[in-house]
This record gives sequence, C-alpha cells and structure tokens, in this order.
Amino acid sequence: MPGTPIRRGDVAKFAIGAAVIAAATGAFAYTAGWLSPGRLTPTRLVAALAPPGGPALGHRRNHAKGICFTGVFESNGKGAELSRAGLLAAGTYPALGRFNLGTADPNAPDATVRVRGLGLQLTAPDGTLWRAAMIDPPFFPVSTPQAFYDLLTASHSKDPEAMKGFIAANPEFGTFVGWAKGAPWTASYAEDAFNSLNAFIFVDASGARHAVRWSYVPQATVTPITDAELTALGPDHLEQEIAQRVASGPQRWNLVITLAEAGDPTNDPSKVWPAGRRTIDAGTLVVQKIEDERDGPCRDINFDPTILPDGIAVSDDPFPAARSAAYARSFNLRTSEVKDYPYNATATTGAKP
Amino acid sequence: MTASAMTRNAVTGRSTSVTPRFSALQRLLHWLMAACILAMLFIGVGMNSTVTPKYLPLVETHKTLGFVILLLALIRLAVRLVVGAPPLPADLPPLIKLGAHLSHYGLYALMIGMPLLGWGMLSAGGYPVVLLGHIQLPAILAPSDALHTVLWNAHFYLAFAFFGLIALHAGAALFHGFIRRDGVLESMASVSAPREATRPGK
Repeated sequence: MPGTPIRRGDVAKFAIGAAVIAAATGAFAYTAGWLSPGRLTPTRLVAALAPPGGPALGHRRNHAKGICFTGVFESNGKGAELSRAGLLAAGTYPALGRFNLGTADPNAPDATVRVRGLGLQLTAPDGTLWRAAMIDPPFFPVSTPQAFYDLLTASHSKDPEAMKGFIAANPEFGTFVGWAKGAPWTASYAEDAFNSLNAFIFVDASGARHAVRWSYVPQATVTPITDAELTALGPDHLEQEIAQRVASGPQRWNLVITLAEAGDPTNDPSKVWPAGRRTIDAGTLVVQKIEDERDGPCRDINFDPTILPDGIAVSDDPFPAARSAAYARSFNLRTSEVKDYPYNATATTGAKP
Repeated sequence: MTASAMTRNAVTGRSTSVTPRFSALQRLLHWLMAACILAMLFIGVGMNSTVTPKYLPLVETHKTLGFVILLLALIRLAVRLVVGAPPLPADLPPLIKLGAHLSHYGLYALMIGMPLLGWGMLSAGGYPVVLLGHIQLPAILAPSDALHTVLWNAHFYLAFAFFGLIALHAGAALFHGFIRRDGVLESMASVSAPREATRPGK
C-alpha cells in the first residue's frame, strides 16, 4: 500500500502469524524425526540389518536368499468359523510364495543360516490379498522391535561385551539361542514348519474377534539332520532340492490355526502359548511349481504381513507394524537399485527348476 | 476479527475499492482442504519415521485422506473454472502478481498430483490400495520397479515442496492482510456475511 501507514497492531499480527508458520515448520521437522536422532525409524531399522560390509544392493534387506513358487491354497472351510475372510471359505485360491533364508546375504551357504522363512500371498476371487511372512523357529528371538534393533546392533558390534550386554537386557533371547543350538536341521524346505509367531485377530461373520497364531505344517516326513550334514550337501542345496522335489510332485503344508485362551500373551511373539490350545486345520497349501527367483513372479512382491483381507486384522503384537514399516523401506531401497540386481543373469544357484 | 478488519479498511479508505470475495463454497473448500492437507503432510512424514503400532493407522489414514483430497481438489478446480476468483489488487507489482499466479498453479498441481502420485506409486509397487480397511481401489499402473522408484521419489520430495509452498502461501496471506491491507486476505479468510451487508464503521 504505497502511502498507507502501517499500523503497529498489524505488524504485531503479522509477527504472530509468521511465528505460527515457523512453529508449524518446527513441528513438521519434529514429526519427520529430524530433531530426534534416537528415534527408531524404518531407515535405521533396515540399515541395522546390513552386514558390516554393507547391504547387497538390489536385494531384500533380510531374507535375501530364496526361491519362488506358485501353487494353490485349498481351503476346507473350517477356518470360516473364526474369520469371515473369503480365503477361509471352502475353495481353491491362487498362491504365490517364496522359501527363503533369514540372512542379508543372497549368497550365504545354506548351513550358515539358522532361520528359514516362507513369504506367502494368497489371492481371493475378489482380488483381495493375504500376505504373510513366516519363519521356522517356534518363537521369535526377542519381545519388541526395539530389542530386535538392539540385537542387530549388538551382533554387528566390534565390542566383545555388546552381545553379553544385550542378552543380560533381553533374557528371552537365551531361549532362542537354546533352540538355535539344539533344534535339528532339515535338508529340505518341504520338511520345515513355518509359523506366524505374531498374533493376529480373526473376525468372524458375527463380528466376534478371536486372537490366533498360525503355522504351515509340512505333510512331508521330517528327517532331522545336523548342520554338518547340511554343509556337506552344498551351499545351495535347499533351492536345488526343492526344485527337484516339486518337479516330481506337489508339496503340501497344512494351515493350522491356534486359538488363544484368555490370558495368553498376544503382544509378545517370544512367548509360546501353553500346549493344549484348540487348533483348527483350515486347509492345505499346495506348492505346484518352483519359479525363477531372479526376475520371477516373487521379485516385485513385498510380503508385508499387514496386507490382510477383511476378516483378519493385526492384534496388539507390536511386530507386524514395525515389520510393515521396515519391509516398505527395504522394498523402496531394492526397487531403486534395479541396476544392481542380477537381472537375467545366469543363475549360479540352480534356481531354475 | 473480520469486522474489525473491515472497519480498519474503511478508515484507511480501502473498503471503497471493494475486492469481491471468493464464494462461500470456495471458502469452505479452501479451509476444509487446508486442514486435510496439513494433516496429510504431518501424517506422511510421521508414518515414515516410526516403527511403532501407530504406523499402520497412519498409513491407512494417509491413503483414505489422500483419496478424499483428490476428490475435493477436483471439485474445487471445477468450481474455480466456473466461478473464477476475485482479481488481485490492481496496484500489486507485476512480479508479485506473477508469483501469486504461479504459486496457485503449483498448489492446484500438488493438490491433484500428490494423491495420484501416491496411488500410482502403490500400484507400481504391487500393493493393494485399500481405503478404510476394506474399500479396494483398482491399480492405475502395472507393477514396475522403475516406475515405483520414480513415483515414490516424486511423492516424497514434492511433499516437502508442498509444505514449503503452503508456508509461502500463508506468509503471503499475512503480508496482504497486515502489511499491504489490500483485501486479499479477507477475500478468503472472512467468514462473515457478504461485504455489501457489512456496515463499515467510521
């Protein structure tokens, strides 16, 4: 306003308004975590997965070694008592999945990796998805996502006391170490059981909610072996073996749903529920065809365990949210590293059936 | 507050050069969307910096609110094209006028573009786009690593540009309202009865 005098009161209002904008900008920076270097963010959690030499670019940041498959889930309809999810109504639904090893190294020899996993996507006729990522230990090593981050940090630390300090602070990890040292190995993915570990809520047709965990239990006969025997079979035995086994006939796992009883811990996957809980066999996963891992149909799938159909929801277990956040970060990283992924490279691991 | 602003304008003689206001519908859409978009930006940076259980409801809200903003923005654009906007003060320097026009093109582009980038990014990433936990939207792109990366980066960096542009927009509104006192702030900020019905005090 040329010529119009500016009033003091207006200047004050302008200053107050400017202060509000500045405060909002500060709040935005705080919300983004820029002012909180100690906050456990997906970025930090995923960075902690990387071995000291750095991550394998272009690959999943964990469970990097694996092999893809296709098949079907044959639901027998018994799960419909607990969940109104269409995939638990009787029927046969397409399945896409990936057997994998819990390692950040896509070339790790099989016998060096204690934890095996199963990523799975079931597709309902209406297109809704049920994705899951399960592992073979009967319980998770730690109680909270923060403890998982602390475990990664301690295990990559050069300080010889770091692991001792971690175990002292997280006694539940001792139980896992006992399993890791004592549990038998198998020579085949087809002989492994894969467990949700996290508790989820099944919502039935009446709206009632049931806390559950589930496992895919193999129909194949389990032959326990030692890690030395697995080492002798070669570094990539599991992929070669499952490819041959599926080529000679489909492999099956039963979906066994376990119902919690009042008081069973749903917020801590390191705590096993007591024996004798009611279980429901809801159907059969049939693995019909091993697919290429490299550039195969699993490559672009983020097996985020919070991608759930109506009728299945997360519980008060803190892990699925943390996993969803971290898996998204891992997915963003690897999809941006296309040039580092061995596209169409000759598979060195017998990944082709 | 508005009435007193009017009074001051009357005293300074500004109210005689009456600038028409935005229509009531436009003002409603503006302030409703301002609240939605600010919430959206905070939810966006908040969800990307946490691994706590609130991550999941934040993401779900982000998707749902994003779709609502897209619908509101399209309605708003249509209303703007039909109803138009009050002219800027004639004595506004040409460079500021240009800045005002460009920033508004930018705001409209972001209001419509950001939800589409988010939707496209999820589609390219092979994610289902589910609102309110059970309304599934169709994918608008086929899965593609390269597209996912481009769209994700655009969505991420443009969010900060959006926040900056909103801060600039709010600063400019304050400048119009309290330094220039040219009626531009009142054309959108006023919630009182139309100007003709207001009796300027002397």
